[in-house]
Amino acid sequence: MSWFAKTFSSTIGRKIVMSITGLFLCSFLVIHLIGNFQLFKDDGGAAFNVYSHFMGHNPVIRVLEFVLLAGFVFHIWDAVALTRRNKAARSVGYAMNRPQDNSNWSSRNMGLLGTVILVFLIIHLYNFFLPTKTGGLDKVMVDGMMIDNLYIRVAESFKIWWYVALYVISMIALAYHLVHGFQSAFQTLGLNHKKYTPAIKTLGYVFSVLVCLGFASMPLYFFLFK
Amino acid sequence: MAGNNPNLKPMNLTLKVWRQKNNKAAGALETYKAENISPEMSFLEMLDVVNENLAHKGVDPIAFDHDCREGICGMCSLYINGRAHGPEQGTTTCQLHMRKFNDGDTIVIEPWRANAFPIHKDLSVDRSAFDRIQQAGGYVSVNTGGVPDANAIPIPKSIADKAFDAATCIGCGACVAACKNASAMLFVSAKVSQFAMLPQGKVEAKTRAENMVAQMDIEGFGACSNIGACAAECPVGISLENIAILNREYLGAKLTSQNV
Ligand code: HEM
Ligand code: SF4
Ligand code: FES
Repeated sequence: MSWFAKTFSSTIGRKIVMSITGLFLCSFLVIHLIGNFQLFKDDGGAAFNVYSHFMGHNPVIRVLEFVLLAGFVFHIWDAVALTRRNKAARSVGYAMNRPQDNSNWSSRNMGLLGTVILVFLIIHLYNFFLPTKTGGLDKVMVDGMMIDNLYIRVAESFKIWWYVALYVISMIALAYHLVHGFQSAFQTLGLNHKKYTPAIKTLGYVFSVLVCLGFASMPLYFFLFK
Repeated sequence: MAGNNPNLKPMNLTLKVWRQKNNKAAGALETYKAENISPEMSFLEMLDVVNENLAHKGVDPIAFDHDCREGICGMCSLYINGRAHGPEQGTTTCQLHMRKFNDGDTIVIEPWRANAFPIHKDLSVDRSAFDRIQQAGGYVSVNTGGVPDANAIPIPKSIADKAFDAATCIGCGACVAACKNASAMLFVSAKVSQFAMLPQGKVEAKTRAENMVAQMDIEGFGACSNIGACAAECPVGISLENIAILNREYLGAKLTSQNV
């Protein structure tokens, strides 16, 4: 193996990949959230459709889409590799164990939380992303252009109670994933300093709660008020 | 003895102890009575009493690790009621006193669980994986020559204190035992950062970080998920900051060392 492959298949190397991809995915969440706020505009979905048309056709965004895919692939790949290794490191467990006395639940269940997020992602992409690629959506005229009416698909989906429940539960899982993950990524990257770590922890907490509340507010808004 | 002090009354306890003949045999929790135990005894002294009774009855005594019995050697272990070194923070098992338990309690005692720490017998585990990690780089090579003056190498007090704190690791393995991933990162980070902070240790810092981490991975310990159970259970309070330092040292070494 080359030194490079050895480095990034070591336990620390894999964690460094997880932390960089994890923080990159956090930046994606911010962009995705801000864009999706177009859903709240009371214009019958015009602003949201223009925005999603832009995201689907702008060449820079199209390239970034592949970077994002790579981010997910590496994050999930190393998540599986590490979780399997960590499980294999203790084949006989304790008859009596009190981990709640020394650590947080979310930090011990990142694999479980990640799996919930992954299942959500697959359903989410199948429902909203795939149809924009396969032409499975109704068209609508905006500013003299025929574009996909993704808004209608979203509005209809968010009228289904179990779909809304799935979104809310998944956002709770994401929030817990990030409550641990955000600050953990900085520690993995070697940033632990008494001047900055308390601020990073607070920021991580606020980030996780606000972003996930933001995403969860969309299905709830459509379900309750539309 | 102040006879009417309830805290000093002898206690009767039920122990559930992991018994396992050797590394190959199957093990199980066995129940024993610990009677007439003084609250002033250490946990290990309590086990000594139990073992004496077992020996009288012709039962094989319970094997457990111990040496200094004053919290400095790192030999004693034991997962007691679901916690490494028992319920107290900042103590080894030899420093844990029976007054922390109540008369009539049932106490579950298990060995450190990690595939990298195979069981010798009962509660005694083989921690030579730590020795091999140390041998991979946990030292400073000293070439012969005159003894330098103690003050020849200036080291700021804040750095010296941090290096000293890291150097207090006694190699007990509680961090591994408490970690969900059976990760040895707190131990390795203490050993790496202790030297990385000091001028004498900087000389070999890159190779040290690379080799000790490589050995840690070979031994089959898990990775670090930054859970923090290790630092919470560490008897000498090794801080998680050391793990951040190790990660920096390791990545920096991998990217810039001459070792390919
Ligand atoms: C938008 C989605 C996601 C974001 C923003 C995200 C973010 C993060 C961050 C910041 C970390 C901390 C990295 C570190 O400790 O250094 C992390 C860890 C982790 N993630 Fe994710 N993640 C996402 C999705 C997923 C998915 C889909 C999975 C799994 C299928 C997953 C599994 C994990 C696991 C297992 C860890 C812990 C690794 C360890 O410490 O051993 N994540 N994530
Ligand atoms: S870091 Fe703490 S818990 Fe781990 S071996 Fe050293 S002293 Fe024991
Ligand atoms: S016996 Fe030496 S630390 Fe407990």
